Amino acid sequence: MTIVAESFVLPERRSTTGRLSDFFWRHPHVLLTVLLGPPLLWLGIVYLGSLFALLLQSFFSIDEFSGLINYEFTLATYRQLLSEANLDIILRTVSMAALVTLVSAFIAFPIAYYAARYARGKWKALFYLAVMLPLWSSYLVKVYAWKLILAKEGILTWLFEKLNLLWLLDAWLALPVVGGNSLSVSYTGTFIVFVYVWMPFMILPIQAALERVPANLIEASSDLGGTPAQTFRHVLFPLALPGIVAGSIFTFSLTLGDYIIPQIVGSSRLFIGQAVYAQQGTAGNIPLAAAFTVVPIVIMGAYLWMAKRMGAFDAL
Amino acid sequence: MRSDKSNHAPLGLKIAAAAGLAFMHLPILLIFLYAFTTEEKTYQFPPPGLTTQWFAVAWSRPDVWAALTLSVKVAAIATAAALVLGTLCAAAVSQTRFFGRETVSLLVILPIALPGIITGIALRSAFSMADIPFSFWTIVLGHATFCIVVVYNNAVARFRRISGSLIEASMDLGADGFQTFRYVILPNIGTALLAGGMLAFALSFDEVIVTTFTAGQQSTLPIWMLEELIRPRQRPVTNVVAMIVVIGTFLPILGAYYLTRDGDQIAGAGK
Repeated sequence: MTIVAESFVLPERRSTTGRLSDFFWRHPHVLLTVLLGPPLLWLGIVYLGSLFALLLQSFFSIDEFSGLINYEFTLATYRQLLSEANLDIILRTVSMAALVTLVSAFIAFPIAYYAARYARGKWKALFYLAVMLPLWSSYLVKVYAWKLILAKEGILTWLFEKLNLLWLLDAWLALPVVGGNSLSVSYTGTFIVFVYVWMPFMILPIQAALERVPANLIEASSDLGGTPAQTFRHVLFPLALPGIVAGSIFTFSLTLGDYIIPQIVGSSRLFIGQAVYAQQGTAGNIPLAAAFTVVPIVIMGAYLWMAKRMGAFDAL
Repeated sequence: MRSDKSNHAPLGLKIAAAAGLAFMHLPILLIFLYAFTTEEKTYQFPPPGLTTQWFAVAWSRPDVWAALTLSVKVAAIATAAALVLGTLCAAAVSQTRFFGRETVSLLVILPIALPGIITGIALRSAFSMADIPFSFWTIVLGHATFCIVVVYNNAVARFRRISGSLIEASMDLGADGFQTFRYVILPNIGTALLAGGMLAFALSFDEVIVTTFTAGQQSTLPIWMLEELIRPRQRPVTNVVAMIVVIGTFLPILGAYYLTRDGDQIAGAGK
């Protein structure tokens, strides 16, 4: 009798790993701590710790004479941030980010729509790779490629010349804000490179949203007499919107913080990222640099909150 | 009758999609052409002549080799750290229920959701506040932080597809937790981890924004390229290095794709 009753409970494991495994089974929260501990410690201390320390510094100020940081709570740095020159930088960056996002959505939509609705089998895999390779390929190489293209002696000028359209390029470069000496030192150049580098991030979220639109919904719309334009306006676009918003999180945020593209291709007028870089480096004004980084954090926080309300995270 | 047409894409859509893809690929192809140009001083197009001599010049440059070695070392160690941390985190989030699960996934994603310059400057000011000198390890620390998310995303997606009954069956047959991990879970998530590791490697190998803040005197390959971009010294060598970087990042991405594609076709059909 006793033998039978005992056999319901397995004997304790003898080996160390066996005992440890049994211990974890009986105390699942210990296992959870062991699993989560290292990554949380890393991200919590290394990442959040530094981020918090940085934000804290934005409440300090810099002594104008000695150039040392004055460790007293003050809002003076934020007052400095809101000066006209700095607001100009913020406005320029935000409008550039918005424009880049808008144009990226325009270019990305047809690619995503074709991949989601018409590409099948092998073609679908090919489309996926055709999107993924440029998305993942080297950021600097992509910027470099555009430096080659936009240079005065580069391929774009050559192309315009062959098409006898050089007057058009010159007329565009003569325009006040978007123009410049050559494309590689103008806002137009900065804008093109921004779109090129961040647009691929828009395609996959839109494709994910479009893939969930049943094909018969579009057929139903045209059966009911909707023109393609109406179908797009009233059926396709509203359903794709969460995907577009999800993609815009990337294009907007990445444009907002970039400081390398406007430095290499662009005019000398600063963007937020360049201002942060200059303040912490040559100017040595860490508090103002920290205050500058608060701007993208606040903008992205508001943006993410809005995106979440629109259900954009389901499309990621 | 109208719906018969729906399997053929309208011409306008085809053109727009093809033009978009061409816009994405042509600039990268141009890099390959420029690696062979004979022109040294400018970015002249079309190239006046073609030559392979720059490959030999680049090959014999010690600074290129030093940068390349440093990049590979940093990427390897950062990837290893990210693999361990990302897998642990993914296991905890997908296999257990606990308070604050959503917060943990947000925390993992944050380092790449916020602009890289914020991560960079935050780490830099933290290092200088803690009096940590910039070194090889400060670069690795920064890279591992944003590589975790890539491994995590791949591992979480795979963990979700492992059926719970598989693990229970292993336990019922008398395997302990470690044996279950070794013989049941690991073979299932192995390819996802390898894919995540490859992407993390590619991400670290190519990273420049955070690195400019966390590197001291050493330069990784992207930092070397950035310096060449700002103050060009020998353009043809830069062209060759750019081409090598393109090839060097394409291979892990293709590898990661082939390792994860089968699973995607099962789970991804309609999401």
